[in-house]
Amino acid sequence: MSGRFGRSPRGMQHWLGFLLLLAVLLAIPFVAALGGQAWVRIANFAILYVFLALGLNIVVGYAGLLDLGYVAFYAVGAYCYALLASPHFGIHLPFWVILPFGAAVACLFGVLLGAPTLKLRGDYLAIVTLGFGEIIRIFMNNLNAPINVTNGAQGITLIDPIRIGDFSFAKTSTIFGVTLSGPQKYYFLLVALAALVIVVNIRLQNSRIGRAWQAIREDEVAAKACGINTRNIKLLAFAMGASFGGIAGGVFAAMQGFVSPESFSLMESITILAMVVLGGMGHIPGVILGAILLTGLPEALRYGIEPLQKAVFGRMIIDPESLRMLVFGLALVLVMRFRPAGLWPSSLRRRELSEATD
Amino acid sequence: MKDARIPGVLIVLAASVAMIGCGKKEEPKAAAPAPAAAPAPAPKPEIVVKIGHVAPLTGPIAHLGKDNENGARLAVDDANAKKLEIDGKLVKFELLGEDDQADPKTGTVVAQKLVDAKVAGVVGHLNSGTTIPASAIYNQAGLPQISPSATNPKYTQQGFNTTFRVMANDIQQGSVVGTYAVKDMGAKKVAIIDDRTAYGQGLADEVEKAAKAAGATIVAREFTTDKATDFKAILTKIKAKNPDVIFLGGMDAIGGPMLKQIKELGIKAKFTTGDGGCSPELIKLAAAASEGVICTQAGLPVDKLPNGQKFVEDFTKKYGQIQIYSPYSYDAVMVLIDAMKRANSVDPVKYLPEVGKTSYDGVTGKVEFDEKGDIKNGAITVFEIKDGKLVTLKSEGGTVAAAPAPAAAPAAAPAAAPAAAPEAKK
Amino acid sequence: MDTLLQQLINGLTLGAVYALVALGYTMVYGIIGLINFAHGEVVMIGTMVAFTIIVSLAGSGMPPLLILSVGLLIAVVACMVLGWGLERVAYRPLRHAPRLTPLITAIGMSIVLQNVAMIIWGRNYITFPPMIEKQIYEVAGASFTNVQVAIVVLAALVMIGLTYLVQRTRMGMAMRATAQNQHVAQLMGVDIDRVIAMAFIIGSALGALAGCMVGSYYEIAHYQMGFMLGLKAFTAAVLGGIGNMAGAMAGGLLLGIIEALGAGYIGDLTGNFLGSHYQDIFAFMVLIVVLMFRPSGLFGERTGDRA
Repeated sequence: MSGRFGRSPRGMQHWLGFLLLLAVLLAIPFVAALGGQAWVRIANFAILYVFLALGLNIVVGYAGLLDLGYVAFYAVGAYCYALLASPHFGIHLPFWVILPFGAAVACLFGVLLGAPTLKLRGDYLAIVTLGFGEIIRIFMNNLNAPINVTNGAQGITLIDPIRIGDFSFAKTSTIFGVTLSGPQKYYFLLVALAALVIVVNIRLQNSRIGRAWQAIREDEVAAKACGINTRNIKLLAFAMGASFGGIAGGVFAAMQGFVSPESFSLMESITILAMVVLGGMGHIPGVILGAILLTGLPEALRYGIEPLQKAVFGRMIIDPESLRMLVFGLALVLVMRFRPAGLWPSSLRRRELSEATD
Repeated sequence: MKDARIPGVLIVLAASVAMIGCGKKEEPKAAAPAPAAAPAPAPKPEIVVKIGHVAPLTGPIAHLGKDNENGARLAVDDANAKKLEIDGKLVKFELLGEDDQADPKTGTVVAQKLVDAKVAGVVGHLNSGTTIPASAIYNQAGLPQISPSATNPKYTQQGFNTTFRVMANDIQQGSVVGTYAVKDMGAKKVAIIDDRTAYGQGLADEVEKAAKAAGATIVAREFTTDKATDFKAILTKIKAKNPDVIFLGGMDAIGGPMLKQIKELGIKAKFTTGDGGCSPELIKLAAAASEGVICTQAGLPVDKLPNGQKFVEDFTKKYGQIQIYSPYSYDAVMVLIDAMKRANSVDPVKYLPEVGKTSYDGVTGKVEFDEKGDIKNGAITVFEIKDGKLVTLKSEGGTVAAAPAPAAAPAAAPAAAPAAAPEAKK
Repeated sequence: MDTLLQQLINGLTLGAVYALVALGYTMVYGIIGLINFAHGEVVMIGTMVAFTIIVSLAGSGMPPLLILSVGLLIAVVACMVLGWGLERVAYRPLRHAPRLTPLITAIGMSIVLQNVAMIIWGRNYITFPPMIEKQIYEVAGASFTNVQVAIVVLAALVMIGLTYLVQRTRMGMAMRATAQNQHVAQLMGVDIDRVIAMAFIIGSALGALAGCMVGSYYEIAHYQMGFMLGLKAFTAAVLGGIGNMAGAMAGGLLLGIIEALGAGYIGDLTGNFLGSHYQDIFAFMVLIVVLMFRPSGLFGERTGDRA
């Protein structure tokens, strides 16, 4: 992509677009705050999911390895942060130590998961990764005895917020005359992290490794025949995806100030996968769109479904909350029905699809 | 998750916001934190005070969440029927019910939404896992939060002055059940099962301690999950250990099928459980197999309390069967309103200090808070299921205060059975 | 020893339930390679429909067995319609879509079905009316009920019936042909739309049957019950080799027995370091180990590249 930022007129357009995007990103937390701080929080979770979805995109979208246990790495990252920055063990390390550490541990887990499953394909891999996700969650839920490591189902409280010197992300403060609330500060942190993962994704896409993944995705046997070390390359996909999950987990723990195993259920893995597929697997803008939509839609429905029902039927017919998830489910089905390759698929995929006869 | 119930009262908040009080027009404005929320209304005779309520209304424990919300709704209706006046203005309370899906992340979003909507106080959440992260947000906004069911001790230990709960903690209840099993039921060998939720695990640990202290041996400590329906494997293992009493730390939804399977396996041990299983729901789910079950609830028996009985009648008429925690969410709302009355203000800043000083006779008993916001010395009542009804065996603790009526009724017991008189043992 | 026997009986019953549900997954997977994640919800709808029918007929004075049969029949028919509808509306248009697309559709359908069930049947747990009086038998110190016997027998009958259907009938031949190669099957005159629809219909009927069994065994129903059950059954199907009927059956039974033995003996095996809370981990570990040595499950054939 960077190649496109040339000095040609098209390059200018790209720069303009980039600046516009930057302006929009900067404005979002302030515009959202007009509708209430809740929207800033929603925006934060949306970006956190962009981060997670792009991490999973490496595994599923690029390397074609169906992973239903991605939340395990997210959980590992979150617990790393929680254990190293809370009164639970009385350890309070700064975030810039823990986040890389969490990423490294998650990466290790990624390799641990990857190694025994190298031979597996498709749906067999899916069920093993799913099992792995559950195993991690069950351990977190039960490791409070004989030695209390994770505090079991009760979770870990009073986790330190991200802090730079005296500048804490949890409190409202004023910088250069601009008042920023806690969620707004996290917003900027998250945007910066998301930018990082986007750059990594873009760079990977067209790298040697990226092409090797693509080769494996399309035909593993042929890839091997071409001299690609499929074992290492697949492990690398797991490891990279896992590291991003680990970082996201750390930020989540800091943002929430509390972690417990219920945040890392199978449903979470499925939701992240749905973001990747719904948006357009392997296509960065698509995945971002998918993550934002799937985070935003249920919240928007929360605000919208009651007035909507009143407008259509004149009164409340069904509990708004029952209807909310119903509409969400229907949206998934309908999008897949009418945009089978995702909302914003890469041009390559679209071509494959229209040619596909099988 | 939820824990022991105590006679509690929760409070909710009244919202100070000023919805312009135009006459008596209903303000259905649920969500939309409309930017328009601000213009200070001219002092009119009526103000609308919003109270937030959060519980999971979708997902596996939605039935409990809806129950909580209904309890709070009933409280708001009752309060409105009384046409309260605070600071010279007629107050109309309005409940903003939100769904947190039992998901900590969603919990913080809806918490923020309530803060944006300028509620005056919050009743909720149901699970400890959502209550704790949300409490930081309410605390920053200075809003009192009363949880009707979150029992994780950490909730009130965060150093916040805004966190309260009207539910007894596990320690009180666990020690009553554990001691009762050994002392009164004569158990020498006890088997303990928990469902690995914060509630089940916490309670089971306390029962284990109390039973050991009373001189019994724990012959088995088994585990299941809150979504399981098949317990035969662990029950078979327990059967081999031949315990006198089996204790379950978990909800009625697993207690019901478990009791039936105990019977099918021919296990003779007595079955005991805490408040999560001490409900008409358990009797419904286990049918005949529930006969003889010993269980505990926080609070005093409902039939001793005039307002308790009325609550059961009203609730059942309006929403059907009480699940578990609705009486606590009812009391929580009432405690908030009570504090507003005493402070003569619906402004959280002004009435928050009053919440801590609460002394309120609720439908679950007397509600008073200690310095952390936990309910003070709640009563625990032991029940036995006889002929499909919850029958009081005895009550322990509880402030039988100078109040005219002994406060509290065990909330969940619509079985206003012709029960034996509870000997409120001090 | 009687404890071991009892655990085996426990595991066998649980396994038979898993197997019945797993057959539904495998029916569909074997033919079009789709994981129908909504299958667990079909099972749930089956239970709920049977529940409604049985409860509404309960006061009619009909003999209990007749009521049960009517309830079962209507549930099966309702699920067949549901399965057909799912295929027609949600999956058929996606037959040529990328592989993960129908998976997301299935997840969406599963959310929709759950919420529809919540709106119709409410959020509370429902007591499934016990229609057959439970008889408890004791053999060598282990006890079991007539319902358990019925479940195991029924699972065995279904298995035999399905094998017959697939191996001996024209429809079965068409199914096997479609599974091997849709295009060639079509050239040979097989109406693959019909065959695939049939797979969904039969799978859903099995789901309804399983749902009724689960309902009468545990006597409890809830709109979320399908999820865990579906997940376990799916695991069982993969363990046996997804797409293979004998595999689904074996995988189901095996998973049930592993779970029972795991919960029963894991504590003793590890010196009480790990207890019954690691029962699911135990099951997944077995799964991972099996797949490490047989990457296509116990009975599965190498299906080539599907990712």
